[in-house]
Parts: sequence; C-alpha cells; structure tokens
Amino acid sequence: MSTVNPSAAYEKKALPGKASSFGWVALILGVVLAGAGYAMDPLRTQFVSIMLLMFIAGVAICPLFMVAVEYLAGVVWSTPIRRVFELVTNLVWFLPIFALPVLFNMGNIYEWTYMSDPILMRKAPYLNETFFIIRFFVIWILWVVFQQLFVKRSLKQDETGDQSLTAKNIKMSALFIPVFGLSITALSIDFMMSLEPHWFSTIFGVNFFAGSLVASLAVVAIATILLNENGYLGKGIVSDHYYNLGFGMFAGCVFWTYTAFSQGMLIWYANLPEETPWFIHRWENGWSTITYFLLFVHFVVPLFGLIQRKNKRSVNRMLFMSLWVIFAHMVDLYWIVMPTYGHNPNAHSHGPTIGLAELGAVAIAAGVITLVFTMGAKNKNLIPVGDPKLQRGLNFRL
Amino acid sequence: MSSSMDNSMNNKLYALTGLFDTPDEIMHAAETASKKYRKYDVHTPFPVHGMDDAMGLGESPIGWVTILIGGTCMLLMLGFIAWVSLVDYPNIWAGKPYFNLPGYIPILFEVTVLTGAVSTVIIMFTIACGLPRNNHPLHDTPYMQRTSDDKFGLCLEAEDEAFDEGSARELLTSLGAKSIAPVYFDASEAKSGLSLANPWFLGFGGAVALGVSVFIYVTFNYMVFEAPFNWMSVQPKLAEQAPSDIFADGRSMQKPVEGTISRGYIPEAFEKDPEAMAKYVVNPLPVTQDVLTLGKEKFESRCSACHGNYGNGDSRLPADAYPAGPSLHSPKVAEWKDGHIYHVITYGQNVMPSYAKQLTKDERWAVIHYIRALQRSQNPKETDLK
Repeated sequence: MSTVNPSAAYEKKALPGKASSFGWVALILGVVLAGAGYAMDPLRTQFVSIMLLMFIAGVAICPLFMVAVEYLAGVVWSTPIRRVFELVTNLVWFLPIFALPVLFNMGNIYEWTYMSDPILMRKAPYLNETFFIIRFFVIWILWVVFQQLFVKRSLKQDETGDQSLTAKNIKMSALFIPVFGLSITALSIDFMMSLEPHWFSTIFGVNFFAGSLVASLAVVAIATILLNENGYLGKGIVSDHYYNLGFGMFAGCVFWTYTAFSQGMLIWYANLPEETPWFIHRWENGWSTITYFLLFVHFVVPLFGLIQRKNKRSVNRMLFMSLWVIFAHMVDLYWIVMPTYGHNPNAHSHGPTIGLAELGAVAIAAGVITLVFTMGAKNKNLIPVGDPKLQRGLNFRL
Repeated sequence: MSSSMDNSMNNKLYALTGLFDTPDEIMHAAETASKKYRKYDVHTPFPVHGMDDAMGLGESPIGWVTILIGGTCMLLMLGFIAWVSLVDYPNIWAGKPYFNLPGYIPILFEVTVLTGAVSTVIIMFTIACGLPRNNHPLHDTPYMQRTSDDKFGLCLEAEDEAFDEGSARELLTSLGAKSIAPVYFDASEAKSGLSLANPWFLGFGGAVALGVSVFIYVTFNYMVFEAPFNWMSVQPKLAEQAPSDIFADGRSMQKPVEGTISRGYIPEAFEKDPEAMAKYVVNPLPVTQDVLTLGKEKFESRCSACHGNYGNGDSRLPADAYPAGPSLHSPKVAEWKDGHIYHVITYGQNVMPSYAKQLTKDERWAVIHYIRALQRSQNPKETDLK
C-alpha cells in the first residue's frame, strides 16, 4: 500500500479564473432573469425568493453539520475534504441578503400577517412579524458564530498543527449539533411551514434537513470532484472518497423519502380536517403531477442511480447524480412553496408553472455558491494539512 | 493437538500458510499471490482497507441476490395483500379504498428489508461459507490462533491448479513470511459430516418445541381468562337489556333525550292537519334523474289510473263506477306545498284512500317531485322556455 505524504503531494494552487467568471456570469444572468420575473409577476418572484433563501440556507449550514459530525464521531474519510465543506459554509454570511426580499414582503406572502381568526390569534405570540425577524437574525448570528469558530480553528491548525484545536472543535461540535437541529427546524417552520399557518407537521423540519443535507453533499461532491480531478487536492483523494459522498447522498435521499412519505401517509390515513388541506393544495390544479414527479426525481432515480458501487466511484456518474439531486431538492422546495402562491388571492396562476423567476433563482444559486467558494478558497490550503487525522483520511480505502 | 498432528502426516494437504507482521506486508503478499493463484485466502485480525482491490476480488454479486429476493418477496406480499383485501375479505377500513396502497407501503418496505437481509445472511452462510459444517482444516491450527490475534496470514490452497508445495513455499519465503506451515485435512473430522441426526440435538429441539407449544396453548386458552390477565375481557361495559353500574339509574339502555325523534318520523299530530304538515315537512329527496325515474314509475302504476298519465284528471276507469280524479294542474294543487301533497298521499282525501301501504315514504316524495315536473311541463313559465 502506497502511503501519501500530504505535505509532499499537496501544494497550494490558486483556483483558475474561469471558476469565478462562471460564478459572475451565472449571478448576473440570474439577477436579470429574476428582475424580469419581478416585472412580470412581483408576487410570484417574492415566493420564489423563499425557495432561493431556503436552498442557500440548507446548502450553507448542512456542511457545517457534517463537519461537526466528523469531529464528534472521529470520521477519517472526510478529513481530507473537510476544507471543501468549510468553504461551502461561508455562504451563511450572505443569508440576510437572501432573506431581505422575504422579510420586506412578508405582508404579501404570509397570510398570518393580514388574516385573523381564532387559530391565528392563538398562534400570534409566536407568529408575528417582529418575533419572526428576531428569530431569523438570532439563528443567523448563531450560525455565523459557530461557522467562524469551527473554520478559524481549522485554518489555524494548518499552520501550527496544534492537536488541541481538534479537541476544542470536538467539544464545540457537541454544542453545535443540538443548536443546529433546533435552528434549522425553526427556520423551516418560519419561512415555509407558516406559508399555510393553519397547517402543521412535526416532521417538517426533519424533512427539510434531509433534503438540504442531500443538496449540500451534492455541492460538496461537485466541488471535490472538480478540484481533485484537476489536481488541486494533491494525490491522496481517490474514488473511495467519492463513494462515501455518494453514499451520503443516497442515504439522504432515502431518509428524505422516509420523512416525506410518513408525513404524507399519516395525514392521508388520519384524514383530519386541520391536516389535510396542505396536501389537497398539492394535489389539485395539476399539482398531483408534480407530487408524483417529486417522488420520481427525489427517490426513484437516486435509489437506482446511486445504489451501485461503481456509480458512486465514477467521476461522470457522480457529477451527474450530484446535479440531479440538487435539481430534486429544488423541485422539493418548489413543491412546498409554490402551491401556496396559487392560493394567494393575487396569484396569476393556480397550477404548476415555471416563470422566469424560478430560472433566475437557479442561476443565482449556482453563481453565488461558485463565487463564495472561489473567493473563500483564496490563499487557503484546500486540504487541512495540519489535521492529525489527515494521513488516515488519505489512506482511506473501502 | 499433538494427536491430530501425528495422523495429519497421512492426510491430504489442504494449504500452505504463512504469517506476516504488518498490514503493509500482507497487502503486498496478497497482491503478489493474486497474480499466480485463484484459490487462496488472507486472514487478518481486523479489516484492512483496500484488501479487496489487492486480492483482485472484484465486486461481490451478493447485492444482486439481496435485491432480487427482497423484490420478489415484496411482490409476493403485495399479491397476498391484494388477494386478502380485494378477493378474500373485501372491507372498507377507515373510509379508504379496498386497495389501500399508501397504507401497505410500510408493510411492503418491512417485508423487503426483512426477507432481503435474512436471505442474504442465509445465502452467505450456506453457499459462500459452506455452512453448516462441523469443521474446517484451518480450525484449531496455530495459524488461525495467530491471525485472530496479532498476525496477518496468507493461506495458499492446494486445490489451486497452479499450486505446488515447493514453489508455494518459495513464494512465501520470498515475501518474507514467518512460520510457514502446511495444513492437512483431518480424516476423522472430515468423515463425521453433519450431526443434525444426533439424538441429543433432536431431543433438545423437540423438547423446546413441545415446551413452547404447551406454554402458548396454556397462555391463550387458560391464563388470559384468569385474573389479572383477564383485564381485556372483564371490563366495565354496557350490554343491552342488562343492568349496569355505569349510570346512576342502574340501566345500561338509556332513554333518549326529551324531544328526540327518529329519522323520517312524522308526528301523528299532523294526521288531521295538512296545513301544519305543509308548513313543517319538506321534501328530503334531491331532484335527480334516479329520483324522477322512480317517481314516474310509481306515479304511472299507482296514480295515473285516476289522475291520468299526465295528471290531467283523465281517468281510465269507468266514470259510473269511480269518480275521476281531479287534475293536478289546478291552481290549488300547484300552490300546495310538497308537505300538503304528502299528506294527501299518506292519509287520503275525500274519496281518495291512503296510499301509505302502497308507497314507501321515499317513493311518495319521489312521486311529488315527478308531479312537480308534470306541472312545470303543462304550465311552463317564461323562463322554462328559454
């Protein structure tokens, strides 16, 4: 077995300019498309901004969860690519920019801001605009603080190799994981579940977490594969590491299906009048097609596409499946958010249609993720060269 | 140990084994051996990552077995559920369709996982590992003792076509193996075969089966009817026509709340008072094709003899025997409420007898709808003609 000496095989290289060029082009294209969408249908664009916010929020924070799990469980395979996870989490800094369109248009989007009935009055102590905004910023500050602490120590370790930094991050992981669980649940309840404030589901936050985990692993997988195949990560990372990323995507998709199906089946079975409307809104006016389509893109294709070992170890198939599950997560968010737009009194359409705003959101997401990653990667080692587990991680084989 | 070593000299060679000190050495040894031999094995005290590739094992087909058996059993289960819920005992549960697929998915999932997992284990043990067997030549050898402790072993089997004891020993030596030792088949153990027919084994199994059967029989036929296990059958409940402690008056069947009437009940007070009935009783039936068809049928068989097929009062009966029924299109009848007509049909009027025996309540209301349709056809309004 050949052992890789990381300091010998890895050398720091600047990312090519075409990565950030791609980011700028996608971002500008996305802003133009979203602007055109806003001119045509402002309300629709406001709903799409929720989709974009939740996509970015999930992709931003779930890699930090993976980093915390790595520290806590003593995972070795992901240590060489932990820097990729950390660079993706830089997105949390930009969450307020994505939240502003939603926060400024709350009065149009959320019916609890303008409707009043006994149920909403009982929920008003929690669901009111002030507390909503406070909650968002508390969650954001928590995420940024944890992200900074984790990443700063990890970067410091690159230079000093101080093992006590790992020990500190392990302790912080134990603190971060419950904070993460509660905050991502609160965020998904606030921005997506309260779109239909009479409805509730206790597994909603878990479902959003599962979908976001899949999408964030896919983003990390794309970044890892593109960097590694072009020689930016040294020589130690091999297809066995891709395999584990694909395995995480596969597990996440199945877990997402489990939560989504149990939510749907239990509500369908119990047939309670306070629980069924949300699903009826996702069944009428042509939405049943999207519901079946979601099952297909988010479960059937990843199940068969990622179950085979050779697919998870192949560069091209992993890239394809990563893009596919990101698409599936976007369809999931679209399916959660947009039917509520159809029930808004000012909506132009009730059924599933694709506007310019949705295309713009996809382009903005691609652009922002690329730009934040490339800017964050400047002058940094792309593998954590000072980590004590690095050598074992590079030696990882199935 | 010593006795088996003694008679091993007469036995057939199973393999030539060698021990290594480090994972790196065994990895290199496996890579080298895989170039020459197909029937060889590596034993390590812990999983060594990358060993599959070093040995050139390729992908295991066991996954296909798992998915094939799991999928087959899932389909069998789906067929069984479909047979029960569509053929054998079709019933509506919780207002769901007979074939309630979303409700079956958890069961199908469990069956797939259970059968896939259990059959994989069974197939691994039987086909891949050759179980059940009592012995293996490697058992109870120093080689196995060390490889399950702190050494890494390479075992070149004599069955391999390329095997030759001299060259194998040479290969092991060149790889740096220590404690190179031959392993022989043990004649006495090899012959013993399966001992499933062992009377002690059979007796023990039979005793367990008998004990479990008796326990289950006693539990479900006697124990559950004795206190404290009878809490499901002995519990406070209401039985009709029997006393009960639940209500203060000691009856299990309570009188309905004052003023309760049963569905469709019309108080007797209305019998002499058509106006009251017209005021309080309304037609419960909707105007549908089925109701009008029923009304037409009953009108033509029961009413048309005296009132005429179109309700014009043109009786088909001899005029000297029966008085002709009045027209139903007179302003008087047209202005009557449904309840009034119902009163006439139920209790009769003038020479018309009661038709309560001939027409059920629903049929009477259906006939009234039909009469309304006749009235509208004979005296249409402006709006009906558009």
